Amino acid sequence: MNPKTKTAWLYLSPMLLVLIVVALWPLGRTIWFSLTDANINDLDAAKFVGLENYFGEYGLFANPNYTDGFWESDWGISIINTLKFSVVSVTIETLLGLGVALLLNQEFKGRAWVRAAVLVPWAIPTIVSAKMWGWMLHDQFGVINQWLYDLGLVAQKVAWTADPDFALWTVVAVDVWKTTPFMALLILAALQVLPKDCYEAARVDGVHPLRLFWRVTLPLIKPALMVAVIFRLLDALRIFDLIYVLTSNSNSTISMSGFVRREMVDNGYMGYGSAASTALFLIIGLCTVAYIRIGRMKLGED
Amino acid sequence: MTFKLKSAVLAAIAPIALMASAQAATITISCGSVGQDFEFCKKHTSEWAAKTGNEVKLFTIPNSTTDILALFRQMFAAKSTDLDVINVDVVWPGVIKDHLVDLSKYSNGAEKNHFPAIVKNNTVDGKLLAMPWFTDAGLLYYRKDLLAKYNAKAPATWEELAVVAKKIQDGERAAGNNDFQGFVFQAKAYEGLTCDAVEWLTSYNGGNIVDADGKITVNNPGAVKALKTAASWIGTIAPQGVLNYAEEEARGVFQNGNAAFMRNWPYAWSLGNGKDSKIAGKIGVSALPKGGADGKNAATLGGWQLAVSKYSKNQEAAASLVMYMTSPEVQKERAIKGSYNPTIASLYTDKDVLAANPFFGSLYDVFTNAVPRPATATGLKYPEVSAAFWNATHDVLSGKTSAEDSLKKLEGKLNQVRRGKTW
Repeated sequence: MNPKTKTAWLYLSPMLLVLIVVALWPLGRTIWFSLTDANINDLDAAKFVGLENYFGEYGLFANPNYTDGFWESDWGISIINTLKFSVVSVTIETLLGLGVALLLNQEFKGRAWVRAAVLVPWAIPTIVSAKMWGWMLHDQFGVINQWLYDLGLVAQKVAWTADPDFALWTVVAVDVWKTTPFMALLILAALQVLPKDCYEAARVDGVHPLRLFWRVTLPLIKPALMVAVIFRLLDALRIFDLIYVLTSNSNSTISMSGFVRREMVDNGYMGYGSAASTALFLIIGLCTVAYIRIGRMKLGED
Repeated sequence: MTFKLKSAVLAAIAPIALMASAQAATITISCGSVGQDFEFCKKHTSEWAAKTGNEVKLFTIPNSTTDILALFRQMFAAKSTDLDVINVDVVWPGVIKDHLVDLSKYSNGAEKNHFPAIVKNNTVDGKLLAMPWFTDAGLLYYRKDLLAKYNAKAPATWEELAVVAKKIQDGERAAGNNDFQGFVFQAKAYEGLTCDAVEWLTSYNGGNIVDADGKITVNNPGAVKALKTAASWIGTIAPQGVLNYAEEEARGVFQNGNAAFMRNWPYAWSLGNGKDSKIAGKIGVSALPKGGADGKNAATLGGWQLAVSKYSKNQEAAASLVMYMTSPEVQKERAIKGSYNPTIASLYTDKDVLAANPFFGSLYDVFTNAVPRPATATGLKYPEVSAAFWNATHDVLSGKTSAEDSLKKLEGKLNQVRRGKTW
């Protein structure tokens, strides 16, 4: 090894060590657990069972006990719930975030204050905002039901977080409230570095603002938009806290992370839960790859 | 070099550690956070601390029992020394038996004064794993004033309850209270729903999910009838929101004067009659109704025990705290001021206790004959059985599936949970 490479490794080693300790070791351990029958009651008694937790008689996939089919099993339902939640919430957040960012990009008095104020929902810890919304959405004391009722929009107070028809969409709404500022911030950052001369030229040519947006602004902020959406998508696919705190936590709203936690902690199946956790990791990876692929394809058409 | 450093540090610390253990111990206890749990805990533990010269720290826990068990199991898996004394739900001894200290060598036979059924529940493989602290049984709370106003009696069957609740609800809403509800209970998807639903099943002679021999019995006509009846309440006499209510949410609605009936544990009595309650003095208590004319009254056995963690560094002091907290004096005070049911039979004839809680005398049989959940038969897998059951029940109550389909599906699921012939 030449001295230069040696020095490079030396300088890299602290960072590599940290990475191994905080990322590689837990990940490796989870994957290892997923191949055992470990129970939380006595972790030392775990035995190696191969892929039994994934494809065995009581495994995640191809389980013969799923009498109503895979998508009716708890695991299948949790996958569907998570995907539904992620696609809908990220789409709405991106559109709203874009709108807010365009607005904040305009010159107006007190802009700095408005920008700071918009960030407030993002700054509140999720648990706190989930509890807060939980009270506001309460079917008996909740202020939202009171308003809707007073305005005559609902004939009877609605159990937003309990009724299975609403629960998942209530979670989406609260998540949109919370993370739209994040999207807006990232998109705003992209808008701020756009070259002024394009707009100057467009103004001289008298291009319609909508056309300007579609032809100039959107293509220019697309890379930043893509990154922002990936961030949110990764975040949304591992949704746990909001659903856990806000809803009654029944099967009808359970997310993949919620399923993992239930199996690992409530039911004590460290092995089976780790298998679900590993599957969750792979599913998120797959979604990300698919999303990047789709993004590239569109880029090629341009 | 690091090795040398380590041993040097250890050598320096050792005397300090020795000194600390010779001095007073600091015991961390988790007491619960429902109702007045926390205030009582603070008072009684500091009494013990003053007596023995030790220190006590309170450990705040979630208020849903499902979440508490999850937390404890994680702490046990990590062999955590953070907690010395833990509160144990009546259904847990089989689940966490490997992590608790045998208290019989510290108790000096004190457990003989407690209800034998609970002591038996707390004894696993001949070891006394927890001391009974208070017992619980589901009760029907009603508004005496409203029953009188509408000329009704406390209902004897669930069918009667539905009729009376509807009548009062309609009347009160017509009188201007639009938020008034006939009946509130616990139907959030958690352990509390299992408690409520076991009562419904048993009252309709629908068994107890799994029988004593471990046979899965839940798919039967009585259980179907019970769940159908309960589902018919949602949206008629109970708000849709009960699907997300635990004990405290139900109490909130009832105590604000917005419900005619409530299913809850005994602790709600003293709070309901407290200074800040809108309905103080207007509350009546009875056994839960029967399921139809040929059904029976059923109350789920609840209650909490105190135990010492195997990973505690001060087991002796911790056990002494447990013995103090479960002593007749403390149980008596908790009964009088908090209506926590004692686990000591003699306290049920105590004048002061009966003066504060008249129903302790009249409902004595309800407390001693309460129906246990199938925790003994299912052992380590009880949490999973219970979760499958409350989810199936929640699906029926929320109208997602019919009682027949849900119970059939549950039977299959429980077979999967059992994974073989025995639990």
